[in-house]
Amino acid sequence: MPKVSLTVNGKPVSVEVENRTLLVEMLREQLRLTGTHVGCDTSQCGACVVHVNGASVKSCTILAVQCEGAEVLTIEGLAAPDGTLHPMQEAFREYHALQCGFCTPGMVMSAIDLVQRNPQGLSDREIREGLEGNLCRCTGYHNIVRAIAAAQVVMHGKAKELPRAAE
Amino acid sequence: MYEFAYHRPASVAEAAKLLAADPEAKLISGGMSLIPVLKQRLARPSALIDLGAIPDLVGISVTATTVTVKGRTTHAAVAASAEVRQAIPALAELASHIGDAQVRNRGTIGGSIAHHDPTADYPAAVLALGATVNTSRRSIAADDFFTGLFATALEPDEIVTAVDFPIPEKAAYVKFPNPASRYAMVGVFVAKGPMGVRVAVTGAGANGVFRHAAMEEALAKSWSPEALEGITTPAEHLNTDIHASREYRAHLIGVMAKRAVAKAG
Amino acid sequence: MGYEGIGASVRRREDLRFLSGRGTYTDDINRPHQAYAVIVRSPHAHARIRGIDISAARSAPGVIAVFTGADMAAEKIGGLPCGWQVKNKDGTPMAEPPHPVLAIGKVRHVGDPVAVVIAETKAQARDAAERIAIEWEVLPAAATMEAALQPGAPSVHDDVPGNVCYDWHLGDKAAVDAAFAKACKVARLELVNNRLIPNAMEPRCAVGEYDAATGDYTLWTTSQNPHVIRLLMGAFVLNIPEHKLRVVAPDVGGGFGSKIYHYAEEAIVTWAAGKLKRPVKWTADRTESFTSDAHGRDHVTEAELALDDQGRFLALRVRTLANMGAYLSTFAPCVPTYLYATLLAGVYTTPAIYAEVKAVFTNTVPVDAYRGAGRPEATFLLERLVDIAALEMGIDRVEIRRRNFIPKDAFPYQTPVALQYDSGDYHRTLDEALKAANWDTFEQRRAEAARRGKLRGIGISTYIEACGIAPSAVVGSLGARAGLYEVANIRVNPTGSITVFTGTHSHGQGHETTFAQLIADRFGVPMSQVEIVHGDTAKVPFGMGTYGSRSLAVGGSAIVRASDKIIAKAKRIAAHLLEASVEDIDFKDGMFRVAGTDRVKSFAEVSLAAYVPHNYPIEELEPGLEETAFYDPKNFTFPAGCHICEVEIDPETGEVEVVNFTAVDDVGRVINPMIVEGQVQGGVAQGIGQALLETCVYDEAGQLLSGSMMDYTMPRADDVPCIQVGTAVTMCTHNPLGVKGCGEVGAIGAPPAVIGAVVDALRDYGVRHIDMPATSQRIWRILDAGRQRLAAE
Repeated sequence: MPKVSLTVNGKPVSVEVENRTLLVEMLREQLRLTGTHVGCDTSQCGACVVHVNGASVKSCTILAVQCEGAEVLTIEGLAAPDGTLHPMQEAFREYHALQCGFCTPGMVMSAIDLVQRNPQGLSDREIREGLEGNLCRCTGYHNIVRAIAAAQVVMHGKAKELPRAAE
Repeated sequence: MYEFAYHRPASVAEAAKLLAADPEAKLISGGMSLIPVLKQRLARPSALIDLGAIPDLVGISVTATTVTVKGRTTHAAVAASAEVRQAIPALAELASHIGDAQVRNRGTIGGSIAHHDPTADYPAAVLALGATVNTSRRSIAADDFFTGLFATALEPDEIVTAVDFPIPEKAAYVKFPNPASRYAMVGVFVAKGPMGVRVAVTGAGANGVFRHAAMEEALAKSWSPEALEGITTPAEHLNTDIHASREYRAHLIGVMAKRAVAKAG
Repeated sequence: MGYEGIGASVRRREDLRFLSGRGTYTDDINRPHQAYAVIVRSPHAHARIRGIDISAARSAPGVIAVFTGADMAAEKIGGLPCGWQVKNKDGTPMAEPPHPVLAIGKVRHVGDPVAVVIAETKAQARDAAERIAIEWEVLPAAATMEAALQPGAPSVHDDVPGNVCYDWHLGDKAAVDAAFAKACKVARLELVNNRLIPNAMEPRCAVGEYDAATGDYTLWTTSQNPHVIRLLMGAFVLNIPEHKLRVVAPDVGGGFGSKIYHYAEEAIVTWAAGKLKRPVKWTADRTESFTSDAHGRDHVTEAELALDDQGRFLALRVRTLANMGAYLSTFAPCVPTYLYATLLAGVYTTPAIYAEVKAVFTNTVPVDAYRGAGRPEATFLLERLVDIAALEMGIDRVEIRRRNFIPKDAFPYQTPVALQYDSGDYHRTLDEALKAANWDTFEQRRAEAARRGKLRGIGISTYIEACGIAPSAVVGSLGARAGLYEVANIRVNPTGSITVFTGTHSHGQGHETTFAQLIADRFGVPMSQVEIVHGDTAKVPFGMGTYGSRSLAVGGSAIVRASDKIIAKAKRIAAHLLEASVEDIDFKDGMFRVAGTDRVKSFAEVSLAAYVPHNYPIEELEPGLEETAFYDPKNFTFPAGCHICEVEIDPETGEVEVVNFTAVDDVGRVINPMIVEGQVQGGVAQGIGQALLETCVYDEAGQLLSGSMMDYTMPRADDVPCIQVGTAVTMCTHNPLGVKGCGEVGAIGAPPAVIGAVVDALRDYGVRHIDMPATSQRIWRILDAGRQRLAAE
């Protein structure tokens, strides 16, 4: 079987896969990184979004063998080693931007890429449009948008602490 | 997915050789169209030849007259390119609305036009701007490139290496997305430039992207949304599905075209 | 640590694991030596199986076993049971045809399971599944209710000619006829309540395991009610006694009703695990979900409202056809009857109501409860009819509602359709919503939109629902084959920490937080000392699960009752320790105190005494501190509210944008406002989805045209607006918390408000009603026809 060597959440790994193995299958089945989810089979839902070489991609629509030499970041690799959450994770919690949690890993990974690509800051409307590749069935998106709007302030260094949600 | 062999050539020549040697092999660039097809088991290639390791195939260059986008350049790269935004803002704008952010991070211009999905955005730009498609063996004019639904003039072992877009005087793209898939249900690209006045319609045609002769004629006389008033699109060669009948698509072509002309200024 | 008790927006405790990728959903579970199942499904809506050749599949690489319906029949495996029996008008029971786990003889919908392939890997199972050769005799299909009810229509079930499952009615026909005879005005409406596909983001999954050493079976499954699955599958399908069957529903990625039911795949993996002595896992692809998860709604209705000259409602007459699909899913029969017709009074004093419901078998996926279940259908028809009556009588939409509201001093209020509402204040929710939505200044916004070339409209709905399902005796008399109480077991650990075992199930609702707040409030302990356990039949004594907005109203009440028992016992222990009379012991803020003194024992000290009973009233009290309560509600709860929607329509394309949405709901007492708001917002988004985007489309042959997310329009972030949520509370009078429920209000209240807004926006085009979903194409056709009519005039 072919072997693919890459870095996942900062750790070098080497995995035997079939050529047809998708990145998400390798992450979930072989590396047991089950935080990345599969919610559809038509590349619509975005539950499987991870970062490959710093860009958000749907890990259900890329072959594991295409990731030779790549740096992959999943939801499991987001928090600091001491457990401190990434500002986006913290914002999702503070603003109740998740309910069942299934779309959440992909949503968070997409949101981080969205904010990173837009250092000028995003309006609520732009955030909604930027989430085109991610479906959530629980929240109605309202609190996801609020969370991302709050997180970008911290991620762009405009505030040290996350703005708190009103009680 | 059915299992397949996988090759990762380092040059276009090597890729072309692999492709020529195996008629059942397929090229994979970003994979945004191909992988979903493979996952549904609707295709069974013997091998995938991945263009992902060929550095020569990535990049954007701009001259006084032409924007050249190499075949494996991602939509995100085109959308983010300051040079493209300067030279052909409509092209950058189109690229910034293809699929979703994750599709744009992987999907490539070469893959998009070689696949010629009838709902893809890029074919409208290629056709309306009168671009030239450069391949591993020749140059193909846009008017000769798209030959039908999921069909192009590419030979089985031919690889898209770059697309040259003549810089227009005015251009704009407006689309009405399918509410479910968000692919173009109707997309209209209008352009006025060295190639004349050209109007290309994607998403709607039963045979893929097409030029709209009546609109081109009207706009050549008078470049204004009002010039398109009263011009209808015959519905019989348009797609119909649960989201849009061919009559609705025909109507939307008119609306999108006017909006595109207005946007182009 | 801030205040954590009732009324605090405590941040959710479950979020840390979900946000760090450490949730445990069923597909995250992998058992040693696990095999993978792939289901072979029917590509036809209706066909006889002439033969199945499994030999090529059986010999494919990695294949362990292939089973068909014949293999299950040979072992006398039962069919999937239905949990509710509805009776016909004449008192005879509904038609209840068998629902085999794997098809026997014929298939009845696209997606009907025919065979299962079990292999070492999922890819091998799928490769082999393609090698199964089935000889089909394709039969004409009854793909729609209209087709199924035609004379000579194909019979979905050979022994149910005519395809009618039941023909049921509710209400006083004679009184309704009499009221119509003297009515000043009759408003009429025919409508379709569009069929929906639930699409919880987590596809269904099941892992079965058999322990040959003990003979015990375990099923991990994506379920909203693991005890119900254990009961149904163990007793009716696989004949496994409950003490040998454990069902675990771990973290579940959304349900919305679709994960209530007992599905074939659960029985298949459990049975196969026993036969193969290996764990077997099945995970649905999304495309598979579209043809195997129960769908929702799908009604065709004719309704008439009789009014007097002042616009007061005199009577309501409703005739509904309800699609059951090809088989009866677990609770399907009750949805268009007892969860629908009983709600037709709405918030109004309509004195006479008569509803007839005919349930129809078709060659489509089974239809069952989906968020709201019956109540959105009732609300949509009633609120649309009220709007039409107002329009046709020239009465303002708000005013006609006010004239007919049940007044707040009329509770308890007995409706003519069986329910007795306990509390509510409909004028108040209306007033607050009108204010929050700036209803009075809408015409300015309409004019401003017109200047931008947009058609702007506003819509309103004042809805009620019955939830907190449900009093067992009541539902039993109506045909339920189960009780609908809820169970709580509270285990106080020796050091005073508390573990709560609840029979409800959280799949997004945040029970681990809300229930812990309840306990923190009752016992005066920090939430960090409280653990909420759910979803495992080996841990939780029993439970009926989560649906019908019942978790807090029924499950929370059970927790309160069990807490009361704990406190009563703990007071007796404290009295002994403090050498006082139990009547003199007060319990407050975690301390037991002899009233009027400074003699106290902490909750932890009393707990320790219960488990280390050295100084203990051992003659009177057993050691230990653990109590269980089964709470059977006295009545349903009745959340109600007012939803207001504003839309703008692009007149050139027909595209609708929801620009404002305001919800003011009476959900009873609010434990965690943050979670309540989130529940309402999510429900509203699904309501907007039904109103504008989502619909399930079958062609005449019974092929599902909206069979993937490429064609079924799921609401995305830019399809929904900022959703403004408020509450205006009256307490439920019959449960100890005063809570009513909030999970479904959005999906119930939103659709008529959205459609009302769309119709209002198109008021110059002679439109009185638009069926859902109001897609751009549907609206463009109305606009186009209107323009052509105007041009012709």
